[in-house]
Amino acid sequence: MSPSPFAPTAHERHKEAVTARAHAVTLAATVALSLVVVALFVTLVVRAAPALSGALLWENPADKGKAGGLWAPLIGTVWLVVLSVLLVTPVGVAAAIYLNEYARPGPTTRVISLAVTSLAGVPSIVHALFGLGAFVLFAGLGASLQAAACTIAVMNLPVVIASAREALGSVPHAFREACWNLGASRWHTLRTVVLPNSLGGILTGVIFAVSRAAGETAPILFTGAVFFRAIPDGVPARLAPYGLDDPFMALAMHLHVIATQVSQMPPERTYATAVVLVTLVLLINSVAVVSRLRLRKHRKW
Amino acid sequence: MTAHLECRKLSVSYGGVRALDEVSFEVPRRSICAIVGPANSGKSSLLKCLNRTIDFVDTAKVTGEVLLDGTAVSKLRDVLGLRRRVGMVFPLPVGLPMSVYDNVAYAPRSRGVRAKAELDVIVERALRQAMLWDEVKDRLALLGTRLSGGQQQRLTLARALSMEPEVLCLDEFSIAIDPVTTMRIEEVLHELKRTTTIILATNLVQQARRLADQVVFLNAAKLVEVGDVVSMFERPRVMLTSRYLGGAIG
Repeated sequence: MSPSPFAPTAHERHKEAVTARAHAVTLAATVALSLVVVALFVTLVVRAAPALSGALLWENPADKGKAGGLWAPLIGTVWLVVLSVLLVTPVGVAAAIYLNEYARPGPTTRVISLAVTSLAGVPSIVHALFGLGAFVLFAGLGASLQAAACTIAVMNLPVVIASAREALGSVPHAFREACWNLGASRWHTLRTVVLPNSLGGILTGVIFAVSRAAGETAPILFTGAVFFRAIPDGVPARLAPYGLDDPFMALAMHLHVIATQVSQMPPERTYATAVVLVTLVLLINSVAVVSRLRLRKHRKW
Repeated sequence: MTAHLECRKLSVSYGGVRALDEVSFEVPRRSICAIVGPANSGKSSLLKCLNRTIDFVDTAKVTGEVLLDGTAVSKLRDVLGLRRRVGMVFPLPVGLPMSVYDNVAYAPRSRGVRAKAELDVIVERALRQAMLWDEVKDRLALLGTRLSGGQQQRLTLARALSMEPEVLCLDEFSIAIDPVTTMRIEEVLHELKRTTTIILATNLVQQARRLADQVVFLNAAKLVEVGDVVSMFERPRVMLTSRYLGGAIG
């Protein structure tokens, strides 16, 4: 009896085997990655459990962080993030618009793009020293909230520019041409068609950049973050306890110091601080993820 | 009578590569001029010179002149105004990501028309002219990108007509739409000819024969022959023209 004409050939069997192996390897990598994240978070929460409470969030630290809560560093980080976003967004988005919509391709544009990419590769400790030299000393801002926010903003600039360029680039070129053919200027086209349809993507990129900034220690180490600073009590004062030119407390800095320099620190408090920091970052990220999902649902083409 | 539109030794090159080589011809007012020729013969580059959207192509270099009513377009200060006088419809339908109404009101708004009543009149007139009104009048708030391909192509036409251009350029307007819609748009063009000069770049030789008063034949960036539609199809002077229009090539 002859073999069925539809039986797989050796080549087809080989292709199937290769496909199956590729599937398995990529799946394994994905599972391993997820396991790391879950293991990290579960370990943190389990070890931090004895110290976790509402008071941990609301009370101010006392006795070098061995008592009290995390309110002062938490609100410091929030303000740091808010200020650096306000600084980096207009500059980064404007630069992205220039590079993507106006600049003619040529040596100058290539050099600028290269500079932006290189800025992204600069280690954060170098950014910290740059911030110390440029903002704290040269610009005379002093070690303060504003100097730290400027430093974080510079560090995030390339990330914001890259994601904003990507968002602008995702608007089809045909839309721009259609507008130009109708007698719209470059700027009018940007304002009426390109920006409204890329704003969501730009904001998502900004939020991701921000969440990274919230966890950075090095750039604020020399530029304004301190381990302890008494802040006023009472509700309105607690929400904005630091002036722009005051040194401030921040979660990442707090964690760095209690983990390495405070003796007889109860370990569950260190873990609890880490949990609060990671949760804050995840919360900011989830805002970006949700906004990206909503965006996909409301795609207009 | 001077020509409405004239190209004088018009050349375009992209980074040293010639796309259009010293092309000269005239188009009389209120006539249809078909530009025919195979791919890469320079049809689209020529059209882009007419409303100066070629300015947006960074690598393009243009020499020679396009004259509109005797004035060189390169000398015009108001380029945006030129683009409203010379309307353009592309090969592929492009509904802008906004409502049908906003699509058609885009050009009048960017010119500064704000009054709702005035815009309503313009939108309805343009959509009626493009034979789209009956299909969309009850859903003007629908996204332009949600219309069918043929409807989007007529929307593109309506957008161009909203500016009441004196010259209307169409670049292969029928390649993405069905024959029925194509015939309807051809009727529209016949109608528009009473007020508008129409330049039609097309791959379809029969379409040129149906519509055009004058035919310009381009090949490999050069103008091969130009003449009225009857003499071009019946008594072409150049062998290549007779072979191309007669269907021996392509």
